[in-house]
Amino acid sequence: MRKRLIGITVSFIVAAVGLWFLQKLLMPKYMDDIVEGAMIAEYYDEEKNHDVIFIGDCELYENISPAVLWKEYGINSYIRGSAQQLIWQSYYLMEETLQYEKPKVFVFNVLAMKYNSPQSEAYNRMTLDGMKMSAAKIKSVQASMTEEEDLIDYIFPILRYHSRFDELGKIDINYLFKKDKVTFNGYYMRVDVKPAQNIPEAKPLGDYNFGDTAYFYLDKMVELCEKNNVELILVKAPSLYPHWYDEWDKQMSEYALDHNLKYYNFLNSTDDIGLDFAKDTYDSGLHLNLTGAEKLSTYFGNILSTECDLPDRRNDKKLKEIWEEKLKAYDDEKNRQYAENEK
Amino acid sequence: MLFTSFEFLVFLAVVIVCYYIVPKKIQWIFLLAAGYVFYFIASPVYLIYIMTTTVSVYIFTRIIQTRKDTFDIHFKKIKKQLDRQQRKDIKSQEKKKEFRLMMICLLFNLGILAVCKYTNFAIGNINFLLGAVGSSKRLLTVNMILPMGISFYTFQSMGYLIDVYRGTCSAEKNLGKLALFVSFFPQLVQGPISRFNDLSKSLFEKHTADYNTITFGMQRILWGFFKKLVIADRLLPAVLEICGDTSKYQGAYVLVGMLFYALELYADFTGGIDIAIGTAQTLGIHVTENFRRPYFSKNIKEYWNRWHITMGSWFTDYIFYPISICKPMLKVSKFSRKHFGEFIGKRVPIYLSSFAVWFATGVWHGASWNFIVWGIGNFVVIMISQECEPFYRWFHSKINIKDKFLFKLFQIVRTVLLMSCLRMFDCYRDVPLTFKMFGKMFTGFDISQLSVSAFQLLGLAISDYIILFGGMILLVAVSIIQRKGSVRAKIAERKAPVRFIIWYALFLTVLIFGTYGIGYDSSQFIYNQF
Repeated sequence: MRKRLIGITVSFIVAAVGLWFLQKLLMPKYMDDIVEGAMIAEYYDEEKNHDVIFIGDCELYENISPAVLWKEYGINSYIRGSAQQLIWQSYYLMEETLQYEKPKVFVFNVLAMKYNSPQSEAYNRMTLDGMKMSAAKIKSVQASMTEEEDLIDYIFPILRYHSRFDELGKIDINYLFKKDKVTFNGYYMRVDVKPAQNIPEAKPLGDYNFGDTAYFYLDKMVELCEKNNVELILVKAPSLYPHWYDEWDKQMSEYALDHNLKYYNFLNSTDDIGLDFAKDTYDSGLHLNLTGAEKLSTYFGNILSTECDLPDRRNDKKLKEIWEEKLKAYDDEKNRQYAENEK
Repeated sequence: MLFTSFEFLVFLAVVIVCYYIVPKKIQWIFLLAAGYVFYFIASPVYLIYIMTTTVSVYIFTRIIQTRKDTFDIHFKKIKKQLDRQQRKDIKSQEKKKEFRLMMICLLFNLGILAVCKYTNFAIGNINFLLGAVGSSKRLLTVNMILPMGISFYTFQSMGYLIDVYRGTCSAEKNLGKLALFVSFFPQLVQGPISRFNDLSKSLFEKHTADYNTITFGMQRILWGFFKKLVIADRLLPAVLEICGDTSKYQGAYVLVGMLFYALELYADFTGGIDIAIGTAQTLGIHVTENFRRPYFSKNIKEYWNRWHITMGSWFTDYIFYPISICKPMLKVSKFSRKHFGEFIGKRVPIYLSSFAVWFATGVWHGASWNFIVWGIGNFVVIMISQECEPFYRWFHSKINIKDKFLFKLFQIVRTVLLMSCLRMFDCYRDVPLTFKMFGKMFTGFDISQLSVSAFQLLGLAISDYIILFGGMILLVAVSIIQRKGSVRAKIAERKAPVRFIIWYALFLTVLIFGTYGIGYDSSQFIYNQF
């Protein structure tokens, strides 16, 4: 009997290890074309004592450079961003972040308010697969699932990615256990330029009111931040497209006023920021490139340090060391991309 | 709840654990509840239908049994006072009364099945006839509920009813136990169609958790998953593509579609039955086998003795024999012998009974002329094959190749092709189109159509074909080993690491190469629709 029990236990362990290995192998690595799927997981390797955590979609991770915030204001920040991050995903990322650290400020980009229901499995995956297993992740999955999705596929991703067996390549082997960093504290760097031209006209909408679900999670964010004594700042990044309607802006302004929150619509400050959409965007105004992101970060860093009373931590020895290394990697990548662009 | 769904696996795990935890006395009650929950999840309305069948069969079988018992006691008492003829008359009168009771219950339940399943088929045919005679009137089709597995549980219940009437089994006194027999969830959706005498013993007896029984059951389930998810569902897109676009896929493609469907159907149906039997086995319950390597049959008659065995034996026992020996048939036989001679006379009852069986088999499979013609097609082929028997005997007496491997292989291939041709009626929209495509297989056949790139146009990638090829080799290998006994038993004799590697490899094969989840359309089992 004892022998049989040992046999069964060993079999289960071997089977579980085999499955874990296969799951690792089959999961997309997001190391080549679409790197957005690798962003969320990078946070867990960080030293967790940030002053500011940005949470939101591409309007944050492509428009704000934590490196500039550190260099110019000594603000230690991180962007927990992912493509088309929905507001409930942002909320649960906030909840999860608070399990690791307690920043002074959370910054949330309000474009996500336009979505009131689950959108796409591919984008869900890019946000949720990177999260470590936790109650927050489960709740985020449940809130995000489209009709075709199942919770079990998120708990055991091999059930979702088993069909990748015929797509496996070198990347899957090379990045089986260790991945490259694709961001700089959550910032996705692009130095190329594609001027903003022919911005599509804003289509009139049948209903300009944000949905109940979106407001529900915004309320929860406010509550969570109040409960944890963290300041919540709402921002709208200066992206020209997708269109940010005046009606939406009004709702956010009113909401911020009602809840005593700061709300910055950077679309109204492009001149003050110094943005030139002929030079500061890499995709015709959807996102800023490095020069644009650095200008916005300088501008917003000033607001953060003055209005939120954030200390300059550049004298913190440990942080300084960490950032020196990060800034070197940041500059190296910047130079590499410029050099490549010039070719 | 599809057998291959995650929900079913969770349901099964809960059932197995609870089944062995609950007091043994109430294990059967727990199983009944599980069956009703399984059915309730599919649709609460379905429960009304299955309960109606259960209660009606219970009432009538109890009445018949009581009559039988009372009659037997009464008959024993008066037996000595009666002469032979009087005894015969009294018995006959009693039998008639029991027959009437049986028929009421039979017609009631077959009526439910007919109304649910065939109303719209009948309306369609009436409308066709109205159109043919120039009438502009049309009947509207009705939105009928078709309870899951109705054909299976109705046939199983009717078999039991007839057995009670015949006295081959005693009517169950406990309504709950009968309800369990009718609604035993593993076989509820696609069979096998069990007999009360075969199933009841292990269904109602107390079971203790046994490592070997449970693992054997799980291994059988895993094998069913392999057939369904790795082979059947992987082939499905190609079959749908070929049969769905008949203007594009003609000639050699029809042959490919036909063979693909034959393999898909085999893997789908036998896979489903493996899961059903394996599920029952994990609960310590023995369910009758439904297949015995049918694609190794050397002729069509043998094929039908090895494919969907429980359905075949049901039709034989409850339709073929009763019709063959009923009074009108004996009269027809006598008349035929008298007027057409011995040769035709002795064939008439067999032909008529066989026709009735195959017509009913076709109708049972679905409310469509395709199935009816398919059934009749089987009848024609079997009768021709039977008539050719003397020729075969003569041939084998002259040429001694009967036991040669190549000749056996030829017979197997011939039977598979023949059955596959008949199965084409499942694939195409209607009967004329099926005949047309059958013809196109010969008139438009061009082997050059079947290039590697052409195969890729069928919705399957090279990797799919590699998996299918590997899967087929495994299927054939297992079937060959099975001829000498249980494969699971053979594996169980091996050392633990070898057993682990075999079952773990099969598990991983299903997990990785199975067609499930997003990106695949999870396919219902083909026989669930019957």
